[in-house]
Amino acid sequence: MGDYLRPARLEEALEALARPCTVLAGGTDFFPARVGHAIDENILDISNIGALRGISRKGDGWRLGATVTWSELAAADLPPLFDGLKQAAREVGGRQIQNAGTLAGNLCNASPAADGVPPLLALDAEVELASCGGQRRLALSQFITGNRRTALAPGELLVAIHVPGTARETRSAFVKLGARRYLVISIVMAAATLEIADGRVAAARIAVGACSAVAQRLPLLEAALVGAPVDARLADRIEPVQLAPLAPIDDVRASSGYRRDAALVLLRRLLTEVVP
Amino acid sequence: MKIGFTLNGSPVEWSGAPLTRLAAALRDGLGLTGTKIGCDAGDCGACTVSLDGRQVCSCLVPMGQVEGRRVETVEGLAARDGTLAALQKSFLAHGAAQCGICTPGMLMAAGDLLARSPQPSRAQVEDALGGVLCRCTGYTKIVDAVIAAAAPPAEIVAGSGEAVGARLARLDGVRKITGADLFGADAIPADALWIRVVRSPHARARFALGDLGPLKARLAAVLTAADIPFNGYGIYPDTKDQPVLADGQVRYKGEAIVALVGDRAAVLAIRDQDVPIVWEPEEPVAGIDAARAADAPLVQADKPHNLLLDGGVRRGDATAAFAGCAAVAEGAFETAFVEHAYIEPEAGWAQRIGDRIEIHATTQTPYMDRDEIASVMRLEPGAVRIVPTACGGGFGGKLDLSVQPLIAVAAWQLGRPVALVYTRPESMAASTKRHPARVTAKFGCDEKGKLVACDVTATFDTGAYASWGPTVANRVPVHATGPYFVPNVRTWGEAFFTNAPPAGAFRGFGVPQAAIAHEAMMDELADKLGIDRLEFRHRNALRAGDKTATGQTLEHSAGLAQCLDALRPHWRKAQEEIATFNATPGPKRRGVGVGCMWYGIGNTSMSNPSRMRVGLAADGTLTLYNGALDIGQGSNTIMTQIAADALGLPVAQFVLVTGDTDLTLDAGKTSASRQTFVSGRAAEAAGRDLRQRILRLANAGADAQLSLEGRTVTVRDGAEVHRLDLAKVGPLFGEGTFDPPTTPLDADGQGIPYATYAFAAQMAVVEVDTELGTVKVLRIVAAHDVGKAINPTLVEGQIEGGIAQGLGLALMEEYLPGRTENLHDYLIPTIGDVPEIECLLIEDREPLGPSGAKGVGEPGLVPTAPAILGAVHHATGVRARRVPLLPHRLREALVDLGKGAKP
Repeated sequence: MGDYLRPARLEEALEALARPCTVLAGGTDFFPARVGHAIDENILDISNIGALRGISRKGDGWRLGATVTWSELAAADLPPLFDGLKQAAREVGGRQIQNAGTLAGNLCNASPAADGVPPLLALDAEVELASCGGQRRLALSQFITGNRRTALAPGELLVAIHVPGTARETRSAFVKLGARRYLVISIVMAAATLEIADGRVAAARIAVGACSAVAQRLPLLEAALVGAPVDARLADRIEPVQLAPLAPIDDVRASSGYRRDAALVLLRRLLTEVVP
Repeated sequence: MKIGFTLNGSPVEWSGAPLTRLAAALRDGLGLTGTKIGCDAGDCGACTVSLDGRQVCSCLVPMGQVEGRRVETVEGLAARDGTLAALQKSFLAHGAAQCGICTPGMLMAAGDLLARSPQPSRAQVEDALGGVLCRCTGYTKIVDAVIAAAAPPAEIVAGSGEAVGARLARLDGVRKITGADLFGADAIPADALWIRVVRSPHARARFALGDLGPLKARLAAVLTAADIPFNGYGIYPDTKDQPVLADGQVRYKGEAIVALVGDRAAVLAIRDQDVPIVWEPEEPVAGIDAARAADAPLVQADKPHNLLLDGGVRRGDATAAFAGCAAVAEGAFETAFVEHAYIEPEAGWAQRIGDRIEIHATTQTPYMDRDEIASVMRLEPGAVRIVPTACGGGFGGKLDLSVQPLIAVAAWQLGRPVALVYTRPESMAASTKRHPARVTAKFGCDEKGKLVACDVTATFDTGAYASWGPTVANRVPVHATGPYFVPNVRTWGEAFFTNAPPAGAFRGFGVPQAAIAHEAMMDELADKLGIDRLEFRHRNALRAGDKTATGQTLEHSAGLAQCLDALRPHWRKAQEEIATFNATPGPKRRGVGVGCMWYGIGNTSMSNPSRMRVGLAADGTLTLYNGALDIGQGSNTIMTQIAADALGLPVAQFVLVTGDTDLTLDAGKTSASRQTFVSGRAAEAAGRDLRQRILRLANAGADAQLSLEGRTVTVRDGAEVHRLDLAKVGPLFGEGTFDPPTTPLDADGQGIPYATYAFAAQMAVVEVDTELGTVKVLRIVAAHDVGKAINPTLVEGQIEGGIAQGLGLALMEEYLPGRTENLHDYLIPTIGDVPEIECLLIEDREPLGPSGAKGVGEPGLVPTAPAILGAVHHATGVRARRVPLLPHRLREALVDLGKGAKP
């Protein structure tokens, strides 16, 4: 049996990371990977660290502590910028998973179908990584490097997610497609953040998940949206070529061709939904 | 580590490893087994508890995180004096618990919601309970119970002679809603040794075991094929083809090879790679085509052509008759492996008592288990005692042996209690499945729409071992005409071995697969002739007096036409509403479909008797000795309702003894929708028998009224009152037997395969998202001829639960060995996927049945997929040829039809 450490202070946790260990928070990915096995690895449980809790304003933006759960996020008093992320929070697993699972864990687990990744990409989120040697911030797009792979270095802990504020009116949305209503792994999901000035799109950030090893932003589509009037015709700006960054696979949930088509449909609906 | 926390309002201290799951700590250390474990992975929600007032999966919470917190479990819902909470009362009154394995999780999830929203909407209930899977109820009564929790309906009480037909709460319901019911994993002795089974990672391979000495030194025992006295089991005397532990050769992925026996922690700590096995993988035989190929390797050496068996029904001259048909429809349909996905994984424990072995396990069939264990252990059946635990769902999957032979052999060898609880992936990999089928069908009718001929061939993938394959291959040809009068018939069933999980019994024994084909044919013929799809079926419905394809004249109780009559107003209204909806263009198209079925109750052309006993002890205890196992469907309650009215005493005075092979008589298996009809008729006879004995003792007439107070039976016969002192005349027993009259089928499949048939028609309204290929079922109306509803609430529960499984079969369920061995890759319907369901109960009395009753266990499922698929066709023009109709398959078909323009 390995060691189990559940420190109250971040410094203790970072010291513990000097040797290899598995980080545990909400447990919603940890335990399912260990069904029927004895657990014998060293565990660092970060659920009792005050510094990792809660959602707070930080300068122009927001800081989401590493142990913020989906339910805490969904219940938090946040501006419309977060509407898409809140929609995603209510589509992760069932309520039990939302009550225990953390956004940061969703990022570190780095599943191609992680529901938190597209909305956080569309929020231009950054992750704050800390180690005994100091701390650094990385754009989320640089943090997740592949299927179940991240840029987390040995000894590093993801301590917070940072979401920058926007100076303009902002709207966001998230849509998810699964083969059943609840407790379902996404076939495709998509998230959008639009900054609006004078009734037109001033900036757009669009991301699609479960259609590539890592959820992808769609820069061509984003560029095509800038300057467009924010109305029902927004979705007309979508062209299949804008989906070039996607590389969907065939699996038990759907075929690659289907995923590509469904991504287009979801993007249209997303842009229809995000319009006031 | 010591962890202090508040459990159901009281401070407790627990010691153990901090990574212990809260679910395990509650169950093992703290003795609260009301919290159930269905998957240990957060996929099913059975283990839901409240942590600081919020619902969580207790299988995902390490004890290290529980320090100082507040945990509430199902055991904490009722008041200390046992008074039930309003939510529990509502569950009881609505029949929201069937097997009861998901009930604690449902209650805790609902409690979380009700604390915030005391009068929730349906949508709120769905959101709050979306994380708990139920495989029995179809969720309908759970939703109703939660919505009504603020003001639960009063409990219904039935006096003497009032039980049959009454909506009584389940007699075992309080146990299920308080977490007190004990399932296979709930009462394992603390000193029991545990088994971990090492299973094959290959679908087909030869293997050799290396030196097991080092492992044996660390454990109590390491069992291999050589330890099994007779290493073959199977349903029929001539199909004992499945080894308890594989002997040098494996035929499917997940097959058991070695059983590690020891302390629980010790066996869990040994990884598969620590067991010395040298593998020689071989190319597996995958699917029907591979099994039938001329050069196919044999799955079982003594089964030429990989054929398990074949046979059919022949009546009239189908080939000639097609020539004269005004319309002919043809089609081929394919279905997948379907997993039972009962929320309770297989579990149990055994102990040796002298020269007998006693097995406490979850099962659907105690007497078959007894005889099979006796065969495996080379013991007399009398040396085996089966004590069934509560069964957390079966649906046919717990008709085959699972944990029983290994725990029995180990306990016998070691002289200590031995337990085995399957993990979810193990349950899914090892257990039987619904047969994948390829059904080719051709139906023809005359210009008036009367069916003239049919030709159906159903080919099944029966997997590695025979299991219930013969039953499926025999039952389907009889049912393949559908519930219609067809004068010229050729039907054929055949099953082939492959290197896949054994396909066994699953609610409907192949008939649901065949129904997809015959119902599609009915739609196509109706469409060709321009006849309404419902009216076409009505025109052809089997009616009393008609002859079936096997030449059997249906004397009574053939209520399909009445079912369709009952559906008709709903059908017309739905068509009008859909026409209005579809008049506005858009990506969402609606449709309505109808599916019909018939289902023979009990074994096919084989004796399947039930025996029941009612006892009145000298102290006045009135006991129903009931061998008909309640796996959630409600036979504990149904048998008692029937026996009570036959005897003339109230249900409330009965005590139940259930399932134990030492204490009850053989009432057969809970299968083939037979318990209400067969065992119910035996219970009725037993009740009448006891009544006769009492009346004789009192010298009273047949209409006398009985009452029981203490040890006195009072018999009121007109003005005369007799009092019998049971201390003097008792104990008294009544016994009843019933074996439905059938005859063997001849070479052309002619004969009387079943004594009676259930009939049903269901209607489904769907909305298809043509851009995404998704199907949302909006509404189902189900009309079922049940002969007589002994307990309408329980009957509706069976229908609603069957519908949920039928919906899964149609739209989402596909088991792929090695890829979907968990409940997040293998999808079953959640509370948000099952629509509102309206049940219409038709009672066309069956004179052979108790109070006219027939069975309903399987019929609920059979017409659902055809109705949904018919509705999809109505909405889009796509006829599903392969189920499940996953979004990408429907989308592809829409594109092929030109209806789903490329985005």
